[in-house]
Amino acid sequence: MGQIAIRVENLGKRYQIGALKNYKALRDTLTDALYAPFRMVASVLRGRENEIGSESKDNFIWALKEASFKIDQGQAVGIVGRNGAGKSTLLKILSRITEPTEGQAEIHGRVGSLLEVGTGFHPELTGRENIFLNGAILGMTKNEIKTKFDDIVNFAEVEKFLDTPVKHYSSGMHVRLAFAVAAHLEPEILLVDEVLAVGDAAFQKKCLGKMGDVTKEGRTVLFVSHNMGAVRSLCDRAILIGQGRVLLDGDPSEVISTYLSSGVSKESRGEIVWMNDEEAPGGQELQLRAIRLKGEDGTISSVFDVEKTIHVEIVYDVGASVLGLRIRLALLTSTGEVAFQSSDLNVREQEIESGQYRSVCTIPRNLLNVGEYTVRIGAGSTRTRGVLPDREYLSFQTIGVGSYGSRYPEKWPGVVCPRLDWVIEKIQSNEIT
Amino acid sequence: MTGDSVTDDLTVPSEGERIFWIRPTTGWHFLDLRELWAYRELIYFLTWRDIKVRYKQTLIGVAWSLLQPLAMMVVFTLFFGRLAKIPSEGIPYPLFAFAALLPWQFFSRTLTESSRSLVLDQRLITKVYFPRIIVPLASTLAALVDFLIASLLLIALILFYGIALGPHLMVLPFFILLMLATAMGLTFWLSALNVEYRDVMYIVPFLNQFLLFITPVVYPSSMIPSRWRLLYALNPMAGVVEGFRWSLFGVGDALRPLLLISTLMASVLLVTGAIWFRRMERTFVDVIGS
Repeated sequence: MGQIAIRVENLGKRYQIGALKNYKALRDTLTDALYAPFRMVASVLRGRENEIGSESKDNFIWALKEASFKIDQGQAVGIVGRNGAGKSTLLKILSRITEPTEGQAEIHGRVGSLLEVGTGFHPELTGRENIFLNGAILGMTKNEIKTKFDDIVNFAEVEKFLDTPVKHYSSGMHVRLAFAVAAHLEPEILLVDEVLAVGDAAFQKKCLGKMGDVTKEGRTVLFVSHNMGAVRSLCDRAILIGQGRVLLDGDPSEVISTYLSSGVSKESRGEIVWMNDEEAPGGQELQLRAIRLKGEDGTISSVFDVEKTIHVEIVYDVGASVLGLRIRLALLTSTGEVAFQSSDLNVREQEIESGQYRSVCTIPRNLLNVGEYTVRIGAGSTRTRGVLPDREYLSFQTIGVGSYGSRYPEKWPGVVCPRLDWVIEKIQSNEIT
Repeated sequence: MTGDSVTDDLTVPSEGERIFWIRPTTGWHFLDLRELWAYRELIYFLTWRDIKVRYKQTLIGVAWSLLQPLAMMVVFTLFFGRLAKIPSEGIPYPLFAFAALLPWQFFSRTLTESSRSLVLDQRLITKVYFPRIIVPLASTLAALVDFLIASLLLIALILFYGIALGPHLMVLPFFILLMLATAMGLTFWLSALNVEYRDVMYIVPFLNQFLLFITPVVYPSSMIPSRWRLLYALNPMAGVVEGFRWSLFGVGDALRPLLLISTLMASVLLVTGAIWFRRMERTFVDVIGS
């Protein structure tokens, strides 16, 4: 303790938005190169030397900016923040996958990074072969893999299928094997990115247990997760990242409650507003004006605690009176499954006059699971379903423990995770069941 | 790292502690050979994977690495040897063609497969760190296995035609190295370029065809007018192919004085390729995305 494992100073990563196209054609570069001298001349003539080429600052985004912190050996640190906050970028820089644009990090010891389970798994190779391949990719030596081979196989529970190509594995087996290899990685510093959100509940519990062992063994762990329960129970410190910056650094409970309550929601896109008619979805009968996601206190957000209510507000114009108008709302999981669908028909009058309306749907507390949901909205009338075709508009994230009544902070399977009533009573022996 | 006995993880070995700095790199660098050495097991495993996977779900498997050059040899013999009556410097045309096809097919296969290797392995390079050059390197080494298998066929052909090998054979390893250097150099260039410019995928087949014409595979280099030979020798594969024939059969002196140029070109390709690769690898992940 006390000895430094990671020291991060002013770390920053800038992405060129143009590069988000993923790849460019040679032609673009050639024409760029051709025009570059002219642009240079032009900008020099205009007297602004710093505007050469595409260097104007609008074309860049900082995924991480001025991040500084230090982590002692043996600490387990949870990194929290919403999607796109810069958590993964930080982990990618620390695991050397990508280079920082500025600043530096100092790493003491051997680093193992686990940004994905099963990196490099080849479907045509057998389980046995993939253990060696994946192990080598994660940085284990051949001898190391050999000595841990039996443990890995036992942990993954795939003895019978060791010589079967992985492509014939069920997805559960695949994940188990992949995590088993990763779990036997023994670096001094372990960087983990949201890999526990895989597999069935029983296996997740096993993984969390393994993670707990790793932290107890005194290894330094940096753990990115949306699973607040896991962060709370595994980590002795948490860092909140938002918009590429370190917002808060300290006790996990404190950081988590700050994360859930405020700050982060401002950056999110918890609403869409259509200002002009051309862009607004819909037609003459009905046109959308705004969709907003609001928390219990009415603030717009895209991150919600599963234990609090969420209001979905839909504002729309009705052009002419419509018979039997209804707004449909469906919540989709990140895999595209419909968690549920609902409509405002029950509370509606038969005929609607033209004008602007607001429909608010309240999603009760303790219903959703931990994860990401997408709001799909459509509208229909007595005559047609397709007044407004179903379309996905907004996504939001739910956080929290998400498994009521479980002792383990894990995500339970299921598109929803409602808190249900249970009654327990002892049955008397003379009672007939 | 080198697998000493398992020590207690809790102890912090002061002498073993390595401090690693992560900083933006600038400028041009050559390959970090020490790091590559540290990653030798990964090179082995990725090569092994490429070999294992290559002929999965094929009917005749590894036999393809024999069949391909053999079929080419037959076609070349029929059309260039018999029909076009291209001279073969006094050795049977099939043998003449095969001795060239052996290095040529290695080269063209490497060019095709290794130039795509980084893009094919993008899942890998966006999720874990290792020197990225290992990917095209392993892909090239895997192609070398095909080369070695096809070499057995060459030995069989030599025995069949009863050709006596001379002392020149001692120089063959040098030409194999030259072949490797040329293939790797070009691969480093192309695979790194392919990450950013997918145009490379369209250039490679064309490059392959073009290079086949300016390499003495179907014809002897003695057919090239002597005033063009200097230019011709700039193609390092010309040196390689002539070198193979010369060390096997002792024929083909036309390019020998210009071997230095071929060697120089291959070295330049290899060194610049490695440096260029290092320069480009910094942004691979950002460009490929995840």
